[in-house]
Amino acid sequence: MSDASAAPRPVSAPETTVAQERRERAGQLLSSPTFLTGAAIVVFWAACAIFGHALVPYDPLADDMLNTLLPPSREHPFGTDQLGRDVFSRVITGSRDILTVAPLATLLGTLGGTVLGLAMGYSRGIVDEVLSRIVDALLALPTVIVALLALVALGTSKITVVLVIAFGFTPIIARTVRAAVLAERELDYVAAAKLRLEGPLHIMFVEILPNVAPPILVETTVRLGYAIFTVATLSFIGFGIQPPSPDWGLSISANYGLIGGGYWWTVLFDGLAIASLVIGVNLIADGIEGVVNG
Amino acid sequence: MAENALAFSSVDVAYRIRGTARKVLRGLSFHIKRGEAYGLVGESGCGKSTAAFAAVRYLPRNGEVAAGRIEVNGQDLMSMGARELRSLRQTTVAMVYQDPSRALNPSMRIGRQIAEIFELGGLARGQAMSRSAEMLDRVRISDPQRVMERYPHQLSGGMQQRVAIAMALARNPALLILDEPTTGLDVTVEAEVLDLIEKLRFEFDTAILFISHNLAIVARLCERTGVLYAGRLVEEGPTLRLFESPRHPYTVGLLRCLPRPERRKSVARLDTIPGFPPAPGAAPPGCIFTARCALATERCRLEEPALIDIGGRFSRCHYHALAGDLPRIEPALAAAPAEATAGGPILRIENLSKTYRVGDHALAALRDVSLDLLQGETLGLVGESGSGKTTLARSLLGLTAADPQSRISMNGRTLPPRIGGRAPEDVKALQIVFQNPDSALNRSHAVRRLIGRAIAKLAGLGGAALQERLLALTRSVQLPDRYLPQKPRALSGGLKQRVAIARAFAGEPKVVVCDEPTSALDVSVQAAILNLLADLQMTEAVSYIFISHDLSVVRYLADRIAVLYLGRIVEIGPAERVFHGPQHPYTAALLSAVPDIAGSQGRRIRLQGEIPSALKPPAGCVFQSRCPRKIGRICETEEPPLSEAEARHAIRCHIPPDELMPPAK
Repeated sequence: MSDASAAPRPVSAPETTVAQERRERAGQLLSSPTFLTGAAIVVFWAACAIFGHALVPYDPLADDMLNTLLPPSREHPFGTDQLGRDVFSRVITGSRDILTVAPLATLLGTLGGTVLGLAMGYSRGIVDEVLSRIVDALLALPTVIVALLALVALGTSKITVVLVIAFGFTPIIARTVRAAVLAERELDYVAAAKLRLEGPLHIMFVEILPNVAPPILVETTVRLGYAIFTVATLSFIGFGIQPPSPDWGLSISANYGLIGGGYWWTVLFDGLAIASLVIGVNLIADGIEGVVNG
Repeated sequence: MAENALAFSSVDVAYRIRGTARKVLRGLSFHIKRGEAYGLVGESGCGKSTAAFAAVRYLPRNGEVAAGRIEVNGQDLMSMGARELRSLRQTTVAMVYQDPSRALNPSMRIGRQIAEIFELGGLARGQAMSRSAEMLDRVRISDPQRVMERYPHQLSGGMQQRVAIAMALARNPALLILDEPTTGLDVTVEAEVLDLIEKLRFEFDTAILFISHNLAIVARLCERTGVLYAGRLVEEGPTLRLFESPRHPYTVGLLRCLPRPERRKSVARLDTIPGFPPAPGAAPPGCIFTARCALATERCRLEEPALIDIGGRFSRCHYHALAGDLPRIEPALAAAPAEATAGGPILRIENLSKTYRVGDHALAALRDVSLDLLQGETLGLVGESGSGKTTLARSLLGLTAADPQSRISMNGRTLPPRIGGRAPEDVKALQIVFQNPDSALNRSHAVRRLIGRAIAKLAGLGGAALQERLLALTRSVQLPDRYLPQKPRALSGGLKQRVAIARAFAGEPKVVVCDEPTSALDVSVQAAILNLLADLQMTEAVSYIFISHDLSVVRYLADRIAVLYLGRIVEIGPAERVFHGPQHPYTAALLSAVPDIAGSQGRRIRLQGEIPSALKPPAGCVFQSRCPRKIGRICETEEPPLSEAEARHAIRCHIPPDELMPPAK
């Protein structure tokens, strides 16, 4: 009857409607500096991906054999690469492929993982037992190596990269979802749903899913960071985005040999771009987690 | 030496919520003399726990003492630095919380936890250990050495609370704060812990701040009592006088809400306090209780009364002399009582057993329970934790499958053990109101959807018919329409339980299982919910299986009562005969463990030891290991049959019925 417990908890206000609650959550997010910084970075790169081609001073794919490997200058703020392409234009437009492939892969992985996790957590028993062992086995395999093998076998294309990464994420997300569902299924509202003759699909997707959405959201944003990382890695070793795309990982792969010759600008800006995008996504994840668990 | 162990003078405490400060305690003044026991009562949200946390300066992060002065043992609490504060908490004040399992460190042995306190006081390790054993001995733990080797989870709730009390008293504090220390415990265990606190008070000469929603416990333990309402002290005085002739309408209302023996659902409804307490931080210009007070006049709305001295006691009411004549808020009976039909039983349970497998052991949660339920009848199911009450409910509903030889039949049709196998109309006819509405209502769905979906599935309605039924249903459970678009989080405990009741009644059920539906509610809310259940029973001719550990609640609603102990029915009979006819010794102990608001205790029967584990039930009679009236070997070797002590009243005991009569009052 009393709220007493070993440690005093912050007191929250009663009487909030659904709309108010949503506004409150949004307000908390928008007042979190972590989230705002992350969002600013990601929005910047997303805008570059969409409008970059129209705005950059040079065609990112156009060779200029007379002006190869120029250091940063007024005409070429980030210099030019060994084919004389403008590095600034390439960095700005280089986000397009990675920002299509990584979110798609994450989304697909989340979808698969959520369905799998709900099925495992809700059914328990033999279904859960079998699926859990399979998930454990999949989790024991290193993502990049599995991805490499799959790409070698299936051939490289954006779609295979998306599928391969999504496949790698599915078991990870399934495990998170399963843990959340296990706690939920014991609550009486699930029993109440059974007592009004709801089917298992309704119970899983209408009753339980909304209550496990917050951890799924957090996991998804964290995964997005990893997805960007993985796509960049795969591109770097030649199995991700294919030339002539100005993709960052691809550019680093093509130019890293030049660092020794002092041509640092051919690699540095692409590297910074990847790092900033991953950091941006992770800051968003931190911000969301703070609000969800706060 | 200061005269007062604790003194609050005009203390305001505010919580900062979304940028605005909301005052939850306003101008609170009270003091506790050395060695005195002071009770602070009031319903949830009135600021009791806040006062306790303020007294040790341990408010949540967003809380602060905005004004006033708090003195502990004569020292000003607010001017203390971190070091002084720590030493105060170490030596002068101690606190015991509601949930001992959260107050003890789960990864430390009991002995170490207590010894740590003595070591902080400068004792060597060996000495500290022997002092710990001494402390456990003083809280009446019979085998201290063995208990010291245990981890908290290996002890029962009652034992854990004793350990927490031992730890609190280890420093011989001048002030002991007890915040609902027995709320989570079973009644027989609660009685023991209260006995202990009563004795230790005098042994240690400690002042006590006792916080509770249970007026009867406070009446028993405390010399003086203060009544809090919405952060205001509305009445204060010597406990017995305060409860005998309350002088504030809120106290009067609170006392009237308690179910009393002479009130039965067929005769009258329980008194309630109409309306709701104000939101935290609200500060109307006049008396804070005006909106819910039947005595309120224009003056009350405009002018806040001071705490008026009426000869050694205080009341914050302009009309304190009239408080006793507060008009009764006693809802009339909704309809003529529908008599329980004399026809065949609507629900019949035969040899219901439920055995769980725990490793290699069999745990019999329920053994051979047989009972009938008539139409329109209420069967009260009473028992402490581990007695199998909830297992019975879940097996009945088909949420867990009973053992194969069990038989549950409704209207003569045998029901399959699991919901999945049952006919839809049988599932619809058998519904439940769960104990905890927070768990029973999906927190992601709005109230309209929660009830609407139940109507769609259980009554098969849709469209306009559904909306019509929805409104009729919310009206009959007295749930204001404005809550329909809200999620359960925005509702108070009582409102949530109304939603749960509306949902259970969506498909015109024949039998509704009520699993402790009021155990988490305040007394005034409990009264309203019990009234609601009684009204619904009259209009819908529904039968209830009403599960509770609170005998006074069961008494109000139940036509018949079954008493469960360790999965066995030890007594079953008409409600009045269970209270006044021959009684099983366990029933007698349960009844005497319930504290009485008048503070007068008749013959006290105290049970020794703990409820045995269902993994190893005692041989012979299940109750023999704790029975105060054990007659000898026969109790240990032979289980007594459930035999009729009088018409329709059966008791499972070797003692002849005429020797089981309760003593005349």
